[in-house]
Amino acid sequence: MHNTPTKQTEHLLILEPGRADKNYWRDLWRYRELFLILAWRDVSVRYKQTIIGLAWAVIRPFLTMIVFTIIFGRVAGLPSDGNAPYALMVFAAMLPWTLFSSALSEASNSLIGNANLISKVYFPRLIIPTATVVTAFIDFLISFVILVGMMIWYQYAPSWSIVLLPGFMLLALLASLGPGLWITALNVKYRDFRYIIPFVVQFGLYVSPVGFSSNVIPEQWRLVYSLNPMVGVIDGFRWAILGADSPPYWPGFALSLLVVAFFLWLGISQFRKMEKSFADMI
Amino acid sequence: MSDIVIKAEQLGKKYIIGHQRENGRYTALRDVLMQNARSVWNKTRDLVQGKPIVQGDTLEEVWALKDVNFEIRRGEAVGIIGRNGAGKSTLLKVLSRITEPSAGRVSIRGRVASLLEVGTGFHPELTGRENIYLNGAILGMTRLEIKRKFDEIVAFAEVEKFLDTPVKRYSSGMYVRLAFAVAAHLEPEILVVDEVLAVGDSAFQKKCLGKMGDVAHEGRTVLFVSHNMVAIEQLCQKAMVLQQGKVADYGSVEQALGMYLTSVSDLQKVSIADRTDRRGNQFLRFTRVALCDAGGSELEQVLSGQDVYVRFYYAASEQLCDARVHVSLAIVDRGRILINLNSYNSGSAVLDVYERGFFECVWKNFNLTAGSYDCIAFCSVNDEVADWVDSAFTILVENGDFFGQGDSTLHGIVLVPHRWYSHPDLS
Repeated sequence: MHNTPTKQTEHLLILEPGRADKNYWRDLWRYRELFLILAWRDVSVRYKQTIIGLAWAVIRPFLTMIVFTIIFGRVAGLPSDGNAPYALMVFAAMLPWTLFSSALSEASNSLIGNANLISKVYFPRLIIPTATVVTAFIDFLISFVILVGMMIWYQYAPSWSIVLLPGFMLLALLASLGPGLWITALNVKYRDFRYIIPFVVQFGLYVSPVGFSSNVIPEQWRLVYSLNPMVGVIDGFRWAILGADSPPYWPGFALSLLVVAFFLWLGISQFRKMEKSFADMI
Repeated sequence: MSDIVIKAEQLGKKYIIGHQRENGRYTALRDVLMQNARSVWNKTRDLVQGKPIVQGDTLEEVWALKDVNFEIRRGEAVGIIGRNGAGKSTLLKVLSRITEPSAGRVSIRGRVASLLEVGTGFHPELTGRENIYLNGAILGMTRLEIKRKFDEIVAFAEVEKFLDTPVKRYSSGMYVRLAFAVAAHLEPEILVVDEVLAVGDSAFQKKCLGKMGDVAHEGRTVLFVSHNMVAIEQLCQKAMVLQQGKVADYGSVEQALGMYLTSVSDLQKVSIADRTDRRGNQFLRFTRVALCDAGGSELEQVLSGQDVYVRFYYAASEQLCDARVHVSLAIVDRGRILINLNSYNSGSAVLDVYERGFFECVWKNFNLTAGSYDCIAFCSVNDEVADWVDSAFTILVENGDFFGQGDSTLHGIVLVPHRWYSHPDLS
């Protein structure tokens, strides 16, 4: 066989045990249209046959925000960040939290939900969980409108740090994608993991600084507290939205970043390892 | 440059299946708890070590494909035949990259599109138009390609009026037509097709076969799995017979079909009780098949016109009264069911099941001509398949005096009692 790269050799595909990795990332790029169309499918199917449709994306975080404001702000009397109204501070955290939790839940159930595709067609499986994350992101953008409305209502002007917001959005998505990938891969074989996620999400809502400011955590515990990657994400969001006078606790933020990166690495590598047997097991 | 587009060398695919260890007849709660605890421990250990985990205590390796070697040239249409469990679907899954081989290698030159199922990924909530784009993308078409062929697809599927209706409102016929239409407009260099033509009404099936034929004639390579030997004969120039994961024969269609049919008759040398290639939950298991005459004595072969009593002897794990039993004897001719005698259609659906017993089908005036007929034995109890053996037995037929005219020269395959008359046309 010649080694000259003709049009023929360009399409040459070799299937061998353990060989699947070679073209993986190139394939992922080649299948980008499938990614878009699956994301579009999930988004357009999501609110079919519902009466209020997209309003669901708004109602859930909004009601939770009201409850948290009353309980943590009024009943428990916790302080807000700087001079921001308590409700605004809660909602600024509710947004990334909802983004994280719905992206995580959607991603972890995604492979099982698409079992028929996996057993019948080839494509890089990474597309499925990442495409579902888009749905969560659309919901996030819709409830972002509420935040803008609230800022107008409270006449609260954002500062220059708002330009960092897209970075923190990305961070929230990456934070959910790491564990999401890992769990969805485990879910293929052990359906136990399906029951873990609702628990993690419910538990996490109270453990993360959503209803309160992370400034109420005693100084000596801040670093340990930041092991929860959502602490860094939420602090970053609040800083970006509410203003530059309440910057996050930087060592903690760096630790959260590391944890996010670790989970992302773990998620991708575990997913890739188990990916080969998905079709045989699902 | 060689013209070989697919080359498989020593290809193998291994599955690991687990068996539950038998623990004697009596199980105490303590044993069950112990066993569960042990299996949780084993699984956790495997999970930590990153090994694949299998249900059951003892593991068995099963090679669904082993030492498979073949070459396919550009523009060839190759049929793949074999009994259930021979590895056909596994081979297609490996070739279409759904699952990785466990041994050997395959080199493929060109873009492969696989069609293992009609309508993969169709979403019931989406409209016909949306599903065309979705399904097209899943099968590997780009948006531009789909756009270009959109009208053609819609015309082929004959669903113009319902393009903007969610497909959950479609009739099953429309659904299948739309799904096949998308698949039929794929333009890969290599097309891999599983048994998907067995859908839709016969007119549409014919249209699909025609379309597949076009694909093959355009110089693209087609791999086609089917139980329908007629379709294979029509479409393919070459055929491959798979037997227990190995290539038993690969050559011209006639040769392969002949080989396949002999292998079926070899199979029947094994008694039905010892056959392992059966499906169903085995609540009830066929042990013997007998063809008897009216007096109850067994027949080696049947004469056309004779009254035949077909007995399916079985052993069941318990006795049931008035169960919903669906027992069926189907005669298969080159992959198609020629005759299906089932208790469901003939109104004898409620039957008793004994621990040892036989179902008897009374076939008056046996109406097939001389030949050997391949039969399926099937039985479901209370809507669950209990036992199902393909090529379970053969009925050997000699021509007899079917029409009662003292003449046993018979023509055709199926005999129908009839009479001709002559009338003047007075209109």
